[in-house]
Amino acid sequence: MQATETPTQLPQVTEPRNPGQELDMDWVMSARANTSAIERRCASLPGRRSVKKEFQAAWLCRAISCIDLTTLAGDDTAGRVARLCAKARQPVRPDILKPLGMEGLTVGAVCVYHDMIAPARDALTGTGIPVAAVSTGFPAGLSPFHLRVAEIGESVKVGADEIDIVISRRHVLTGNWQALYDEMRAFRTACGGAHVKAILATGELGSLRNVARASLVCMMAGADFIKTSTGKEAVNATLPVSLVMIRAIRDYHQRTGYRVGYKPAGGISKAKDALVYLSLIKEELGNRWLQPDLFRFGASSLLGDIERQLDHHVTGAYSASWRHAMG
Amino acid sequence: MTVKEIFENMEYGPAPESAAEALAWLVDQGDRFGHFIDGAFTDPGDGFDSRNPATGEVLATLSQARAEDVSAAVAAARRAQPKWERLGGHGRARHLYALARMIQKHARLFAVLETLDNGKPIREARDIDIPLVHRHFYHHAGLAQLIESELPGMVPHGVCGQVIPWNFPLLMLAWKVAPALAAGNTVVLKPAEYTSLTALLFADICRRAGLPKGVMNIVTGDGAVGELLVAHDGVDKVAFTGSTDVGRAIRRATAGHGKALTLELGGKSAYVVFDDADIDSAVEGLADAIWFNGGQVCCAGSRLLVQEGIAETFHTRLRARMDKLRIGDPMDKCIDVGAIVDSAQRERVASMVAGCTTGTVYQPGAGLPARGCYYPPTLITGLAPSDPLMQEEIFGPVLVSTTFRTPAEAVALANDTRYGLAASVWSENLNLALDVAPKLAAGVVWVNATNLFDAAAPFGGMRESGFGREGGWEGLRAYLRPAGKTKPLHRIVPSHGDDSKTQGGIDRTAKLYIGGKQARPDGGYTRTVFSKSGTALGEVPITNRKDIRNAVEAATGAAGGWARTTGHARAQILYYMAENLEARAAEFAGRIDAMTGGRKGAEEVVASIRRLFTYAAWADKFDGRVKGVPLRGVAMAMRAPVGVIGALCPDEAPLLGLVSVMAPAMAMGNASVLIASDPFPLAAMDFTQVLETSDVPGGVVNILSGAHADLAPTLAQHASVDAVWSFSSTDLSAQIETDSAGTLKRTWVNHAQARDWSGAVGEGHAFLDAATEVKTIWVPYGE
Repeated sequence: MQATETPTQLPQVTEPRNPGQELDMDWVMSARANTSAIERRCASLPGRRSVKKEFQAAWLCRAISCIDLTTLAGDDTAGRVARLCAKARQPVRPDILKPLGMEGLTVGAVCVYHDMIAPARDALTGTGIPVAAVSTGFPAGLSPFHLRVAEIGESVKVGADEIDIVISRRHVLTGNWQALYDEMRAFRTACGGAHVKAILATGELGSLRNVARASLVCMMAGADFIKTSTGKEAVNATLPVSLVMIRAIRDYHQRTGYRVGYKPAGGISKAKDALVYLSLIKEELGNRWLQPDLFRFGASSLLGDIERQLDHHVTGAYSASWRHAMG
Repeated sequence: MTVKEIFENMEYGPAPESAAEALAWLVDQGDRFGHFIDGAFTDPGDGFDSRNPATGEVLATLSQARAEDVSAAVAAARRAQPKWERLGGHGRARHLYALARMIQKHARLFAVLETLDNGKPIREARDIDIPLVHRHFYHHAGLAQLIESELPGMVPHGVCGQVIPWNFPLLMLAWKVAPALAAGNTVVLKPAEYTSLTALLFADICRRAGLPKGVMNIVTGDGAVGELLVAHDGVDKVAFTGSTDVGRAIRRATAGHGKALTLELGGKSAYVVFDDADIDSAVEGLADAIWFNGGQVCCAGSRLLVQEGIAETFHTRLRARMDKLRIGDPMDKCIDVGAIVDSAQRERVASMVAGCTTGTVYQPGAGLPARGCYYPPTLITGLAPSDPLMQEEIFGPVLVSTTFRTPAEAVALANDTRYGLAASVWSENLNLALDVAPKLAAGVVWVNATNLFDAAAPFGGMRESGFGREGGWEGLRAYLRPAGKTKPLHRIVPSHGDDSKTQGGIDRTAKLYIGGKQARPDGGYTRTVFSKSGTALGEVPITNRKDIRNAVEAATGAAGGWARTTGHARAQILYYMAENLEARAAEFAGRIDAMTGGRKGAEEVVASIRRLFTYAAWADKFDGRVKGVPLRGVAMAMRAPVGVIGALCPDEAPLLGLVSVMAPAMAMGNASVLIASDPFPLAAMDFTQVLETSDVPGGVVNILSGAHADLAPTLAQHASVDAVWSFSSTDLSAQIETDSAGTLKRTWVNHAQARDWSGAVGEGHAFLDAATEVKTIWVPYGE
């Protein structure tokens, strides 16, 4: 398949892309993150915000619209990816969507390895659902730099709309912010028209302060999204990490006027958790960030739990997994 | 709204908590309540309506207690007390444990009833108030279990009269009742008239949990009932939480009655943000500091002090955060700020804000519910300390703000207040935060946090925020007294004699000792001190109020530096005093014998030297505690000096009495103004020479002579004096307690009871406790 240059292929994109800026070390080093206070905020949030009944159903549909439905396994095949894409097109049974008035709901994107881009594009033709590819030596990002950059080019060439790159954790751990900035800049350039999500692998950065600083550096270097994890670290998306990253996004927006997206990935598998994430985004960033061009869940099993909750909302009875189609 | 519409606008929608169970409980009680006396509810009498402030609806009708109801409750408590005490620590622990379990089992009922009655968000009642309540009872079940082994020689006061406020109705009940019962006291409690319902549910729980009759009694009504209770002759110990004005009135009403008293009063707590703070977390902290319970919190972080360089961005972010606060029906689980407890309270807040003519007022645009008693979250920036709203407690959702330049200025601004309840310090710099925290005049300091509470951590104020602590071992002590009977102390009058009968020799002129120097009295008058047989022994200055002023000024100037001196250094000076006293032992012994006409002067000097050794020993050993609070971090209950202590020294032991008062004050880092034994002042005046030769910094100890009765009022009224002690044989207890009410200073008076200065009660923990404030510093940590 021919790669076509369509800079605004994301369904709801209306924002100007973050062009990045010079590395501002004063700003980076002024970032603070008080772990205890951040944890308290996160611990109390689920008790402060709750959505019920039709509001809950609507919010769960919103969560679905923001899912990057993901398969990142060594045994992925074209058939497996086609099945996932079919689920991406029709994430919830029609008899559930109809009473909700939510026909036509799809997930936000499908996320695969490079070799699965083509099958995914084929399976999603005409749906408008973008294909995201993990890249740059995912998940460790320790392959030769020129190969990592080249990998992006290859993926864009075969039609990836979004590229999820992994940063070099060692640059963060050694405080080499310039190297991180340069790396991210190079990745962004290689992406061309494709949107770039910077995976920080927060579980390997050692501290929330490092998460805040790495977030700022990646945004300065032109990231369209910042993303928590590969899903392969021991600790993946958490609320405290999310709070730090979205506060960095807010800060960046206030200072530059550009909105950068956020993607928590890994470990979010319950509908209830998804609602807490959405309320966190709503509280800290505002409603604008509750659109798929600025927010994604990187998840594989979350959709199944949401489907069961929606089924319950419509029928009043608790559902079973086998009553919903596999992805 | 359709699901599709909500999908687009992403609004929260209603999330109502059901009131059904709580309303059903009220119906079961007939919607009318009497008092809870001697294990049963009395028939409802004339009374008043208890309303839901969010809707104005009447929830129940309560009875206004009459004098005979209060007396019946006190009598029931009195009858029950001896048996309750004899039940022992374990027996009482079993009951407290049962209460804790019952509260936990009925947690949601308590939470919903609290929200209906008080207007606080159900989230707070459910997630904060009620969990803290059962934690308090559990913790105190443990304290009861351990009391006999850990606090030997201590006994309960007897009957406690407790008056609590409307802002945390059940939590304040728990803070009062749990330690009282654990210690073996029985209780008569008066809840606030706006919010008595959870107390009445608690009474019901006590009945069902099998608490012995009369151990817990509750009378309802307005402030008049509180007055009846605290003034009741049958009450041995009074505990009050509420406004500073009422606290003052209670201090006056109980003055001279010999009742133990603890007061937890108002505040204007500083919230200090340094430029190296995690600003977003500090902004978020304010949501819990000033908009928690609608700012109707005695320790609310209501006074924002932010470093100048970050003030603009801080205020911008704060206003954005305020825009996200959800104000409305407190029974909605998605509400941050509920209703103000009563319309009178709402009007008070509104008129205070309306009366503020300077600064910039910000209130979020979101409207308030059409019905019910609401006031919007409010930020007033650009105020100065001289603006009234920077000083006065508003007790509503109103935050006032000013800026500072340096850490020293932050401390100065934070302490520029009559209050001293709590403070928050935000900085990512450990050195800065831990340097500033102990310097703040506050009983509780939170580092990078706010409004953290726990049963194990002492809570209470300094200055006009009251005295006494609640929580932990420190709080339990407020409900105990030393065992044993005291004997009455009889007035000792100065001897009279003949001015022409002198001892001969060169004239030695005793002077006042102020600021490390010998000073002539301002008034220029002296009095002759005679021996029992009428020989003139010498002359002492007659101190007047200006001398007191000068001495307090010297003490105030010296207090800060002395408090910063290490315990080791203070011990060295106390030992040095002992050394120098011993060198002149014979002279002092002779002086004492000459004045008193006795022969025990030598013994008294030996005892005085021992006492100096005791407090030299204690100087670096009266440790604080690290509390076992449920937090990743530490809560340190530190012992801070009280500041300036004014003391009327014992008359009967001219030297030992002086040393017994001076040494613990010094050892704990206080400066003192000591009025020498009224009839026998010469030993104290001689002692100034020991001070002068023992490296005591000027102003740390000041010694004056004069008539106790003349000087006590000046000392007790002086706002720079932090505590007044009286061991005078002139009974000045009522006078001192009354006069101290103006500034709510700590008092320790003898109520005309004697103390055996040469015995065990002449030294030790009681003195160290009185010479220190417990200051709880919370330091959450974690990277």
